[in-house]
Amino acid sequence: MNQWKNFTKGFIKENPVFVLLLGMCPTLGVTSSAINGLGMGLATTFVLVMSNIVISLIKGFIPDKVRIPSFIVVIASFVTIVQMVLQAYLPALYAQLGLFIPLIVVNCIILGRAEAFASKNGVWSSLLDGLGMGLGFALALTILGSVREMLGAGAIFNYKFIPANSDGILLFILAPGAFLVLGYLIAIVNKIKKQA
Amino acid sequence: MAKKKSSLVNMVFTLFVITLVASAALGYIYELTIEPISQMKESKKLQAIKIVVPDFNNNPSADMYKISTFDGTDSLECYPAKKDDELVGTAVKTYTKNGFGGLVWLMVGFKTDGTINDISVLEQNETPGLGTKMTSPKFKNQFKEKNPEQFKLTVIKDGGDVDAITAATISSRAFCDAVNRAYQSFKNKGGNK
Repeated sequence: MNQWKNFTKGFIKENPVFVLLLGMCPTLGVTSSAINGLGMGLATTFVLVMSNIVISLIKGFIPDKVRIPSFIVVIASFVTIVQMVLQAYLPALYAQLGLFIPLIVVNCIILGRAEAFASKNGVWSSLLDGLGMGLGFALALTILGSVREMLGAGAIFNYKFIPANSDGILLFILAPGAFLVLGYLIAIVNKIKKQA
Repeated sequence: MAKKKSSLVNMVFTLFVITLVASAALGYIYELTIEPISQMKESKKLQAIKIVVPDFNNNPSADMYKISTFDGTDSLECYPAKKDDELVGTAVKTYTKNGFGGLVWLMVGFKTDGTINDISVLEQNETPGLGTKMTSPKFKNQFKEKNPEQFKLTVIKDGGDVDAITAATISSRAFCDAVNRAYQSFKNKGGNK
């Protein structure tokens, strides 16, 4: 039961984007379309799961004073791996996400989970925690990206549902749209949490 | 397990081991992916060449030659397209530093008479929904079949012939700058000879 909670808490109760408000830079930066949000979310999930596993495995060997540099080295390695693999096998997505892939290194969620969870818990719990948090992050980014794409481009997952030569509300593709949509989504999540 | 003491030896040793393992792993993955990455770039380039020049059947990458830019500060890559050993056009890989979001790379195809056949955008980081429209046919098609001798490669606002993208004049200017760089350098070199 407890393990199940480790996994599910990332979706609503401790959702990194809507509740913890962590990792706002990629959240606002890449969610101009649903597919970008999903891609970024899954890349982050991979890094989060892998770094959580490794950090929970090596936590006993790391002296306290150098734990943050050690965590960062582990995280940065996995991010670089993701970057190279994406570049090799999914170049289109890589071109879209571009600069935001290396920025996963400094995403607060990853170091936050490493410090707050993986460095204190076992491998199995850390894996579930990373997976739940990562998928929660991916879910939030996909929803945010979908709403922005629908309003801003009249499309969802690149499938256009308004006439081909008409535009959506451009504002929602640009940076202010990210703030607006995020604000409303947080309000909705708060409402749901209150009722539950 | 008891935590290790934060003594100097412990800290140095731990960090050393972690960075060593990490760099070894990265080196391995790098070796694995370097081949697909270069292949991907190559095929992307070939695709762009196919779009911008008339039908050809040679390997433009093998015949690639470099020309210096018209201001002599850099060089551009030229890909001659030949059909049955006869030159049908040349694709010039060009760039501009004036983009709104950094460098913009274009592939500009010239026919043998110096007119622009087509243009393909290789890389750009312009504002989504505004500057990114430079990749849309609506903007690019106005360059088709135009000879820069008669068709002035600046936006109308600056006294040229190019209809700029609405709300993205900087990106349009950058696009023109890149095309112009390709044309001037190509002409300097003697065009399709």
